[in-house]
Amino acid sequence: MAQAPSVSSEELQEVARNVRRSIVRMTHAAKSGHPGGSLSSVEILTALYFRVMRHDPKKPSWPDRDRFVLSKGHATPLMYSVLAEAGYIDRDDLLTFRQLGTKLQGHTIMGKPPGVEMSAGALGMGLSFSLGAALAGRLDGRDYHVFCLLSDGDSQEGQTWEAAMAAGHHCAANLTAIIDRNHIQNDGYSDYQRFDDEGQSPDRPGGWVMEDNHTANIMNLEPLADKWRAFGWDTKRIKGHDFDALTTALQDAREDDEQPTVIICETTKGKGVSFMENNPDFHGKAPSDEELTQALQELGFEE
Amino acid sequence: MVQTAADKATREVLGPTLARLVREGLDIVCVDADLGYSTSAVKFGREFPERFFPIGVAEQNMIGVAAGLASCGKVAFCSSFAVFAPGHCFDQLRMAVAQPRTNVKLFASHAGVVTGEDGASAEALEDLALMLSLPSFKVLFPADAVECEQMIEAAARTDGPFYIRSLRPKTRILFDDAHRFELGKWPLMRDGKDVTLIACGELVKAALDAAETLAGEGVDARVLNASSLRPFDHGALLAAARETGAIVTAEDHFIHGGLGGLVSQALAAEQPTPVEFVGMEGYGTSGTWKQLLEHFDLTPEAIARAAGNAISRKSR
Ligand SMILES: Cc1ncc(C[n+]2csc(CCOP(=O)(O)OP(=O)(O)O)c2C)c(N)n1
Ligand SMILES: [Mg+2]
Repeated sequence: MAQAPSVSSEELQEVARNVRRSIVRMTHAAKSGHPGGSLSSVEILTALYFRVMRHDPKKPSWPDRDRFVLSKGHATPLMYSVLAEAGYIDRDDLLTFRQLGTKLQGHTIMGKPPGVEMSAGALGMGLSFSLGAALAGRLDGRDYHVFCLLSDGDSQEGQTWEAAMAAGHHCAANLTAIIDRNHIQNDGYSDYQRFDDEGQSPDRPGGWVMEDNHTANIMNLEPLADKWRAFGWDTKRIKGHDFDALTTALQDAREDDEQPTVIICETTKGKGVSFMENNPDFHGKAPSDEELTQALQELGFEE
Repeated sequence: MVQTAADKATREVLGPTLARLVREGLDIVCVDADLGYSTSAVKFGREFPERFFPIGVAEQNMIGVAAGLASCGKVAFCSSFAVFAPGHCFDQLRMAVAQPRTNVKLFASHAGVVTGEDGASAEALEDLALMLSLPSFKVLFPADAVECEQMIEAAARTDGPFYIRSLRPKTRILFDDAHRFELGKWPLMRDGKDVTLIACGELVKAALDAAETLAGEGVDARVLNASSLRPFDHGALLAAARETGAIVTAEDHFIHGGLGGLVSQALAAEQPTPVEFVGMEGYGTSGTWKQLLEHFDLTPEAIARAAGNAISRKSR
């Protein structure tokens, strides 16, 4: 797969559905893990691995490969499921996730399995690493591109903004940041702003704990696009479950040779499983037996 | 000692204890970096919203803001997972808290290999080493939730920097409510004359179980709960060395820089004694917390074995 294959939209939908099935099965089998933020980035990774990136599952260390760096390193159910669909690892191994002795650790570990570019699990570290990989590519005259997936939480760590400033400063055009903007994190809701009502201010300043012990308005990130623009990035905001929008934005970013690009993807945490959608409880909680059955049904699978 | 109360995680008492202390008149505030749901700090936030400051996933900022609050007279608590605080914000702890001795209390949860399924990145095995390297910090690691609650209260009522290390899983309650935690005192959990098992955190229970096994083999083991790592109980340590002549340390942390290091350093200076170490030497991995304790040999059996080795090294 030296060049990105051209895959039909139907095929992409099918891959995404399989990935979602693996995510709910893996977390169910492990009785732990992070389904919510895995489900919200399914289309992003599917578009990258099946349409946009130049990569070869047979040669995971190929120097000219495009790199995908998962900064939100807790989204391992997604990372491993996509690597399985793309042919890096055996589908049968997925259910060993998080168990003693497994290759498939709870948070990502560089090179384990091959295809995982970076050790993560502490938020905020991915963009600096990605910038380093991009600068090395430019220095060596290689034309690969580095894609880094960030979350709401990543966007609150100071290091992300240090890296953003440095990437703008060094005009790292071979670097693209993708933000899974699902507006939900560990304790609850980042803010109340959505794609549709950008600019609306939160009900009150600061954050507060609600009746159900979730926190509201943990840290308002808006106006997010303006922040990136001010740091020297080409900035796009798209609907993050829409394959056409994703493909166009990612391919444009790959071609951009002037500036680094950030694609802010408006997504739904837990996307595809009704009771996980927009539900902070499923940030870091596995589905029960009954919930697994329901989730698989909703995804259109028999068992 | 009680064996009847339901198991409880040490992290569960933070929010409720802080809320009680504010009701009792203390001027406590709490800064949160998107883990208050997991450290129980949000329970404080529910009751005292004006005293609770979410700042997003930003641990360096959390410590800096806490230090500023403390400089204006507040008792400033903050909480996160031990890998992120102190892990993500060591310089802030050093400059904004340790050196000026600001009244900041860092409560870290999810320490040790027992954090479990998340794997190596989430298992803090170096936090005690980091915090013990900052001389003005009091460093505490409770053996159960009862002791943890009392440590939080002691930290809140005592001026200056504190670090309290807590755990994710529900563990056995060892103390009843009559227990009184004292800074710098290691509770004697069981008396004995042949060897002393010095443990901290969840391994205090393992040391008690080891002592039980050893008793069956005719070995009379003393068990100390080293819950106060700084200040350190020199009196209890030296008495143990003198009276039992052999020491085992047990901790869910790297031996280097943790309890093992601390005990050896003190003994080398004051009362050279054979010491054997039970603890972590490399990074952890994914698994359930009970599997990981077995896998990394943090068990009663390993402690009993180490006791045998320490005893055999006594000079005859
Ligand atoms: C430095 C750091 N602090 C805290 C955490 C604990 N943590 C794990 S996930 C998470 C927030 C998850 O929300 P988000 O970042 O928005 O991820 P997503 O919704 O995409 O899953 C937090 C605070 C962490 N992983 N790293
Ligand atoms: Mg999020």
